[in-house]
Amino acid sequence: MRIIVAGLNHKSADVEVREKLAFSGPDRLEKGLRALRALPQIREAVIISTCNRVEMYMSVEEPGEAIRQVKRFISSFHDIPAGLLDKALYFYEDTVAVRHIFRVASSLDSMVVGEPQILGQVKEAFQFALDKKATGVLMNRLMKKAISVAKRVRTETKVAENAVSISFAAVQLARKIFNDLAGKSVLLLGAGEMAELAARYLMTNGISAIVVANRTFERGCELARAFGGRAVEFDLFKEEMIHSDIVLCSTGAPDYVLLKQDVHEIMKERKQRPVFIIDISVPRNIDPGVNGLGNVYLYNVDDLQGVVDNNRDERGREASKAEDIIAGEVEVFERWAASLETVPTIVAFRQKALQIGEDELERLFHKSAFDEKEQEAIRHAVSAVISKLIHPPTAALKEDAEDRDMLMALMRKLYDLNGDPE
Amino acid sequence: MPMGAITFDISLAFYFCAMLFALLDLSRSTKILPRLMLMSAYLGFGFHTIYIFYSGFSAGHVPFVNPHQATSFFAWCMFLLFFVLEYRYKLGLLGSFITPFAFAFMFISFLLPAGMSPLPPILRSQWLGVHTIFAFLANAAFAMAAGVGVMYLVQEHYVKSKNLGGLFARLPSLHVLDEINYRLITIGFPMFTVAIISGSIWADDAWGSYISWEPRQVWAIISWLIFGIVLHARFLAGWRGRRAALLTILGFLTIIGAFAGLALLHKGQHVFL
Repeated sequence: MRIIVAGLNHKSADVEVREKLAFSGPDRLEKGLRALRALPQIREAVIISTCNRVEMYMSVEEPGEAIRQVKRFISSFHDIPAGLLDKALYFYEDTVAVRHIFRVASSLDSMVVGEPQILGQVKEAFQFALDKKATGVLMNRLMKKAISVAKRVRTETKVAENAVSISFAAVQLARKIFNDLAGKSVLLLGAGEMAELAARYLMTNGISAIVVANRTFERGCELARAFGGRAVEFDLFKEEMIHSDIVLCSTGAPDYVLLKQDVHEIMKERKQRPVFIIDISVPRNIDPGVNGLGNVYLYNVDDLQGVVDNNRDERGREASKAEDIIAGEVEVFERWAASLETVPTIVAFRQKALQIGEDELERLFHKSAFDEKEQEAIRHAVSAVISKLIHPPTAALKEDAEDRDMLMALMRKLYDLNGDPE
Repeated sequence: MPMGAITFDISLAFYFCAMLFALLDLSRSTKILPRLMLMSAYLGFGFHTIYIFYSGFSAGHVPFVNPHQATSFFAWCMFLLFFVLEYRYKLGLLGSFITPFAFAFMFISFLLPAGMSPLPPILRSQWLGVHTIFAFLANAAFAMAAGVGVMYLVQEHYVKSKNLGGLFARLPSLHVLDEINYRLITIGFPMFTVAIISGSIWADDAWGSYISWEPRQVWAIISWLIFGIVLHARFLAGWRGRRAALLTILGFLTIIGAFAGLALLHKGQHVFL
């Protein structure tokens, strides 16, 4: 069995594509899981579907054929022409796939590195697949490991502090602009995870009103309810900006949603009252020229990152520390996954040997008359011979040798073990 | 008058210390420097007040009738307003931006001849006190507004350029700086208006016309217009923040220009300043 992942994220696909491919809601997710598992190549499956990524982790028989099937499945399930998917989708196999889920869970693959929500989303996705009995030994181990790796990364590196400090930097800046955040209002453009986190931070620092404008209105309502704010249609956000002091943007649109000219008009309406715009989107959603306008302060993720830590070496060190942890854990997992394949071989080899001994003893005892004691002695001797004979090859297989795959193939061929590998 | 001269010198020395501590405060953040700065400024202000009262009593009229006295009193007004702002708002680094200005005026005053000539007949009027006190307080308020405006521009530069090192963390928020700039102008502008009206009534008494378009008057009207625009544009078009700060600084420069250029040249009917 091999591990593959098929997916797309904020880097590979625009928000329009991501929204189309999302498995939103438990019903659709369950339907997706079931349909995926029904494919002949797929043994196990876990689907992670968030605002910024849709990924399917699977254990399969043969990756090449599995990928073809999964592509067809995605295209038909979401009713999207296959040609459109080619640019958006990525497929990873084996080691690369394992590293990928470890990086995703550890939030190294996130839009804002270190944002904490993704780990919870991975846990939820795994639990959901587990409940629906879509997973098996390989996926269970992989997902549990991904979660524990993410926890290790969080405790052993400062990567997780990063997202928190980005929100903190936003609050710090807002204070230097507005002095007091009480009575100020926030407009949330898009309902991305990082925007949500930053909004929560602003709320705890005294922001009183919050308005959510999201492309998917329902999701906007959901978030607004969580914050005790209100939701508006996305198209009306420019109207809302007139009354908003802080704008948090993470729509994930492929292009600018707000141009300099728009903000110029809005500022006139606002009587030039200052506005602090935070653009967390990648790629950027707000024309950087906006910062040139009077009383408008525009910060994007990189700007905030620069605020958080002027010392780029330090941050680089933390990220590479996290990558080191992941590399080590990938190796451990790979070793385990590989040993999984030797176990059936060893078991088959052992069973075959014991079976031969058993059969021969049966025949012998059937023909000749031995008393209990003699039978016992003979049985003992045969068993010892078998054990001694199968011990060296078994030990060799259990060893972590480079040529283990070759040995295993040889053994299966020499002893004709290819009947049933499992 | 040795007694007067001594109190002036002591006050100048304390103001100098205050400025020194205030400037040092820019380079490193400590708790002690702002305290030392305030203490020195208070002491300087105390001696300065004694000096001004002493001069007034010995002359028998308000002691702001020659350039030395005028610049000294202007510095006094600035320190007074500085203490009020410091007490009211506790703005970080305000002293660093204000005390050098105020000290500069005190130092100019020190360089100018302090000799008391008898009051020219033209200045013997009940308007002298009203006109000068309001004019000085208004100008001091504008000076403070300009100082706060400079702080605003510095802080805004940090925020806009996204380089949040240096004084960013210690300077007040943009909102507070803009707000104080606005309040200072709303205080200064009516006082300036009173000074101009009382001055023109006085001019009518003395010369028979409210305005004679001599340079001092023209400059005063220009400054008055600029600060009028600052208030008006903020109210109508929302000219706040950077624009308000720049206009305030421009307005203050016209005041300084008139003050220095014309007063020191001793030109025009507006004899002493």
